[in-house]
Amino acid sequence: MTIKEIFESMDYGPAPESAGDALAWIVDQGSRFGHFIDGAFTEPGEGFDSRNPATGEVLATLTQATPEDVDTAVAAARAAQPAWEALGGPGRARYLYALARLLQKHARLFAVLETLDNGKPIRESRDIDIPLAQRHFYYHAGMAQLMDSELPDRQALGVCGQIVPWNFPLLMLSWKIAPALATGNTVVLKPAEWTSLTALLFADICQQAGLPKGVVNIVTGDGAVGEMITGADVDKIAFTGSTEVGRKIRKATAGRGIGLTLELGGKSPYVVFEDADLDSAIEGLVDAIWFNQGQVCCAGSRLLVQEGIAEPFYDRLRARMDKLRIGNPLDKCIDVGAIVDPEQLRRIEGMVSGAEGTVYRANCPMPEGCYYPPTLISGLSPASPLMQEEIFGPVLVSSTFRTPAEAVQLANNTRYGLAASVWSENINTALDVAPQLAAGVVWVNGTNMFDAAAGFGGVRESGFGREGGWEGLRAYTRARGESASLSPVEAFAGDSAEPQPVDRTAKLYVGGKQARPDGGYARSIYDRAGKLIGQAPIANRKDIRNAVEAARGAGGWGKATAHNRAQVLYYIGENLSARSGDFAALIDRLTGGNGGAAEVEASVNRLFSAAAWADKFDGGVRSVPMRGVALAMNEPCGVIGALCADEAPLLGLVSVMAPAIAMGNRVVLVASEPFPLAALDFYQVLETSDVPGGVVNILTGSHAELAPTLAEHMDVEAVWSFSSTDLSGTIEAASAGNLKRTWVNDGRARDWLDGDDAREFLEQATEVKTVWVPYGA
Amino acid sequence: MTPVTAKGDKTAQLPQLQDARNPGMLLDMDWVRAARANRSAIERRAATLPGRRSVKKEFQAAWLARAISCIDLTTLAGDDTPGRVARLCAKARHPVRADLLEALGLDGLTVGAVCVYHDMIGPALSALQGSGIPVAAVSTGFPAGLSPFRLRVAEIEESVQAGAQEIDIVISRRKVLTGDWQGLYDEMRTFRAACGEAHVKAILATGELGTLQNVARASLVCMMAGADFIKTSTGKESVNATLPVSLVMMRAIRAYHEATGYRVGYKPAGGISKAKDAVTYLSLVKEELGDRWLRPDLFRFGASSLLGDIERQLEHHVTGAYSASWRHAAG
Repeated sequence: MTIKEIFESMDYGPAPESAGDALAWIVDQGSRFGHFIDGAFTEPGEGFDSRNPATGEVLATLTQATPEDVDTAVAAARAAQPAWEALGGPGRARYLYALARLLQKHARLFAVLETLDNGKPIRESRDIDIPLAQRHFYYHAGMAQLMDSELPDRQALGVCGQIVPWNFPLLMLSWKIAPALATGNTVVLKPAEWTSLTALLFADICQQAGLPKGVVNIVTGDGAVGEMITGADVDKIAFTGSTEVGRKIRKATAGRGIGLTLELGGKSPYVVFEDADLDSAIEGLVDAIWFNQGQVCCAGSRLLVQEGIAEPFYDRLRARMDKLRIGNPLDKCIDVGAIVDPEQLRRIEGMVSGAEGTVYRANCPMPEGCYYPPTLISGLSPASPLMQEEIFGPVLVSSTFRTPAEAVQLANNTRYGLAASVWSENINTALDVAPQLAAGVVWVNGTNMFDAAAGFGGVRESGFGREGGWEGLRAYTRARGESASLSPVEAFAGDSAEPQPVDRTAKLYVGGKQARPDGGYARSIYDRAGKLIGQAPIANRKDIRNAVEAARGAGGWGKATAHNRAQVLYYIGENLSARSGDFAALIDRLTGGNGGAAEVEASVNRLFSAAAWADKFDGGVRSVPMRGVALAMNEPCGVIGALCADEAPLLGLVSVMAPAIAMGNRVVLVASEPFPLAALDFYQVLETSDVPGGVVNILTGSHAELAPTLAEHMDVEAVWSFSSTDLSGTIEAASAGNLKRTWVNDGRARDWLDGDDAREFLEQATEVKTVWVPYGA
Repeated sequence: MTPVTAKGDKTAQLPQLQDARNPGMLLDMDWVRAARANRSAIERRAATLPGRRSVKKEFQAAWLARAISCIDLTTLAGDDTPGRVARLCAKARHPVRADLLEALGLDGLTVGAVCVYHDMIGPALSALQGSGIPVAAVSTGFPAGLSPFRLRVAEIEESVQAGAQEIDIVISRRKVLTGDWQGLYDEMRTFRAACGEAHVKAILATGELGTLQNVARASLVCMMAGADFIKTSTGKESVNATLPVSLVMMRAIRAYHEATGYRVGYKPAGGISKAKDAVTYLSLVKEELGDRWLRPDLFRFGASSLLGDIERQLEHHVTGAYSASWRHAAG
């Protein structure tokens, strides 16, 4: 074309970023890569090709890790960990700072290599992925610097196994490695087999930074290597990827007493109210679902539009879609690049073919190769499979709603809960809807905003744990000190009974009412001398079902004010205190000890502490680079099932109940198995203390029998176990069904009487939801 | 589209008036009140645009030439004289050195218009005679718009009489700031009528409107009242043309076109002095409004120093060496 012709046509023309330096780096490394273990690259071995998805060309040959490679890497990390932790926060901060600086110095090399390897537009790797990766290292250099003073009671977990996906290769690596290193852990990380090159370049800069050998180890390979890492002698697994694999990892790590965070799939709602700035909401969709070809776990992939504006909105959206430019990811003028791999392209095609609804494909020139057109499927209902299943491609599905309440209902009609967007110019609508959305991250009038200072992570089957912020840091630390092992607490046997003045019938406590056990069985409870004290009902799975249903129905508790919840907790404490003599005597008789009075006193104290915290454990505002606020809100998990401590029949139950309900949760409590009667007397205290029905439900029976039902229950958000029966593995494995959070004792004892761990309970009782609220008059 | 060219077939860069003029419509207050502009989202779009669109090599040269064809070469200073205006007009006729234009294959390239105060219309007309370049005059008590209303209307009429083909009026910012949309509409209607055949550009003085929502609403009201162009600024406010403001105004233009079928032009003015900025503005127009708007009948830059930077870039394109300002004729 001549200049004169372009002057008339006003086409953009090609604007390619040069791949030269990145390709030269690969050649310098011999175009074949081994693993990075103990500070050095290993000899390349048997492996696989890494291709540029945009062209199909082979970029390099990578090595498939063997079990020996993984063992060597874990051993190197294990050997390096004590010295790395002992270096101290400020010492580690220097290295993290150096890594941040090196990521900055080599920014363009990283960006081009990422785009070559992944197919994402250079605009995104250059302006988003790499700067955010740098930001994570800067932020966590600060965290390392502050750790000794701000988290004096926490220590490193040890060796962290980390498995990252192919959609944001370097960025996800940074999200994983920066907090782990800051807190004194060492890591063995596996990048995705399609996109390992920037991880290997990162290994190169670890050498440039003089990072002690063994602190960062990178092994390459497919899912089999991921399984090897999961099975290795590590202290934590951090995984980002599909819900399906997350479930497998949950099962594989169950009962091993190691940490786990999962950041999984999503089908994030994008809610547009009629009073939104519609042009901006449409532009937001470009960043929500056509960012990174829609291969984003938190992509706003499920559009919900208020019915009255739906058609004009779709019309303008289609017009906007036609303006998208698809093609060579290295072109600086491209919006949508290549799909990461032909296999992924086929998966998207398979899901969309035969879709119901109105399918609109962007009317823009399509290049040959591994590309998929931006697509809108409107006119769907929540029952449509594509409204429920994650496509992980540039495909937006859509439905309509009528009212804010219906918007919330439809938005939450999903197994996932990663992110959500709300668009409205009405502050009342936006700020009312945002907290009601079941998601770890909510963006008001925006989308896909990320920062190291703000927690990111999901609820429901989008996983658990947060990355970023203080909350993310805690997932890489544990409390200092070792706790004793917990031996099973046995019930007393007996055979003698003495006449009672009046027979007492203890029942289960479900939905605010005393309930006979479904099975109609009871167990006799004896004292140390073998004398019968009374009978405790034996709950079965149907009683669990009923209790969870009652708890689910008591959702109003979470919306009650914190002041109101505190009042109820104080009142429980007051009423318990009034009967302290009875409870102390009962506890002494049940346990055959003489600590009853102290246990009651501690229980009252715990209720007062929880009441005190109810309106003070209140989240924060994160310093993100934006005009606006990013609110880190502590939200209740929802319904928490707990197997209470056997050894402290009243205090064990009160200690889990009080913080849980203080934060707005509803609980299903399975009382001490050997000594259940104190819990059953306790419901009389609840009945006189204005506790709404369903907020607290108390069952008695076999922990071993009830735990799996509770852990498998799809309508329970979290399960805790302090049982002296060894159930940690059972619960963790059974929780994989809906990927609920678990908090188990791993056979370790807890000091119920003197333990000062309110914060730990409060953190377990809450999820941090980050609500981004950019503003501007 | 058959461009009506100004002067034979030598250049095709000055297609004037091929679409029907926007006749305006009744004031639709429901529409005006429903206009929303989310500042943060708009700023995000504006901030990321330069990173999303890039024009290189011969494409860049062609785009820069297109930018020149859309410039309202402007002098609005108290010390303007016929001689100064004649110099500016000479530059308008020959904005780029002849050897460079020849190398680019763009002989005969001129700017879009020359923009002056009323008293300079005569000198400009004689200096531009035969060039086909229209003369635009700022009017209505420019820049503040606070002189008596009848005088503001009379000023338009005199400028049209004097031969100005385009009139850049300033709106009464106070009517926007007090929500007197009917008053703004009536004022604009009167200005439009006073312009007669001359095209009217409504200067919103966006730097003084307080919010982007006011910019969106004022844009709609002026278009409803028959503006041919909406323009950001006088160049005299402390904040002149910005990308976020441009985005809001372009979206209003797009909505107006969708609703009425009439295309209204857009003119960012003030503060655009770099070639790179000009390319960003053109890409914003291309993205938000479409290629049809990338012509001087629907898009203008109000600028005085932009041309100098573009000239240097064009010479760099032709020779491969970075240029110097003194190698190009002064305006």
